[in-house]
Amino acid sequence: MTITVNGKSLELEKPINLNELLVVAKADQPEYVTVERNGEFVDHKGFVSTFVADGDTIEFLYFMGGGAA
Amino acid sequence: MSSLTNEQLERYSRHIILKQVGGKGQEKLLNGKVLVIGTGGLGSPAAMYLAAAGVGTIGLVDYDVVDLSNLQRQIIHKTSSVGKNKVDSGRATIEALNPDVKVHTYQELVRADNILDIIRDQDYDFLIDATDNFPAKFLINDACVMAKKPFSHAGIIRFQGQTMTYVPGQGPCYRCVFPEMPPKDAVPTCREAGIIGVMGGVIGTLQATEAIKYILGIGDLLTGYLLTYDALTMQFRKIKIPRNPNCPVCGDHPTVTKLVDYEQPACDLRKKG
Repeated sequence: MTITVNGKSLELEKPINLNELLVVAKADQPEYVTVERNGEFVDHKGFVSTFVADGDTIEFLYFMGGGAA
Repeated sequence: MSSLTNEQLERYSRHIILKQVGGKGQEKLLNGKVLVIGTGGLGSPAAMYLAAAGVGTIGLVDYDVVDLSNLQRQIIHKTSSVGKNKVDSGRATIEALNPDVKVHTYQELVRADNILDIIRDQDYDFLIDATDNFPAKFLINDACVMAKKPFSHAGIIRFQGQTMTYVPGQGPCYRCVFPEMPPKDAVPTCREAGIIGVMGGVIGTLQATEAIKYILGIGDLLTGYLLTYDALTMQFRKIKIPRNPNCPVCGDHPTVTKLVDYEQPACDLRKKG
C-alpha cells in the first residue's frame, strides 16, 4: 500500500497505526506532533487505534517557536 | 477624489498602478493599523515592509534591548542600536523610512492583563505574532479569538518556517492545530538551535503580505492553511487545515474562556536526558 506523508509517497507492507507511522516516517519528537489524516486532525489518544489505509494523505505538523529573541 | 498628496502619489505610485490597490487601496493602507508583537527576526521585516507600504499606524511591542547577536537577522536594528530598547530602535528605523507612519510603542511583554489593552489602544485591524516563545504565541491566539481580531502566526527555526492566518469565523485558529503548549524546553528556540538569518525575512515578509491583503480586502489569505517553508530543499507546502470542533478556545465547547499567563511546564524528557 502507498500513502503520502508530508507530500512524499511512502510504501508500507501492511496497515500500521499512527504511533507506528510516526516512527517509520521518522517524525521528529512524535509526542508533540499534530497529525492530520485525510484533512482531519487525529487526537493523540486515537493514534493507537487509527490505522493508515492505502491512499491516505498524512501530514505531520510541528511546533515552531522562534521569531524574535 | 483622492486625499493623497502629490508626494504620496509619487511614493506609492507602484502600488497605485496595481488594479488591486489603486488610490483607494493606498488610502486604506494609510488608514490601516497593524500591531507587530516582537521586533526580532520576523517583526523586523514585517514592520519595515508595512511601513514602506504606507500602513499608517504601526504598533511595536517588545520589552527587550538590542543585542549584537540579533543583528544577523533583525534588520530593523543597527549596530549603533546595540543596548537600546528594541521598540525605540524600531521606531527610529520606521520614521526614517516613511514619515507617513505613526508609530506606537509598547515596551513590555504581552501578558494576560495587558494584551487586550494594547490591542484596544489603537483598535488595531490586524496583528502579527512575531514572538519567539510559546506562552506569547498561545496568549496572542487566545486574545485574538476572544477580541475577534485577525492575526498572522509564524514560527521559524534553523532552516524552516511556517505561517498561518486566523480570521474570526473564517477558519481554524492556532490552537485548532496545536491545542496545548509543548513543555518548556521540549521544542528548541532559535537561541539553542540556531536560525538562518534570512528566514525571518521570508516568513516575516509573508506575514506583512497577509496584513496588507487583509487591509486591502484582496486575494486569498492563509486562513485554513499552514504554509511551511524549508530553505534547504527550497520547498513551500500549503497544507490545508480544518477548524477543530474540539479546539479549547474557538471550538464548539471552549474550555479556555479567559486569558491566563502560561508557564511552560518543565519537560520531563529533557530532565531525564
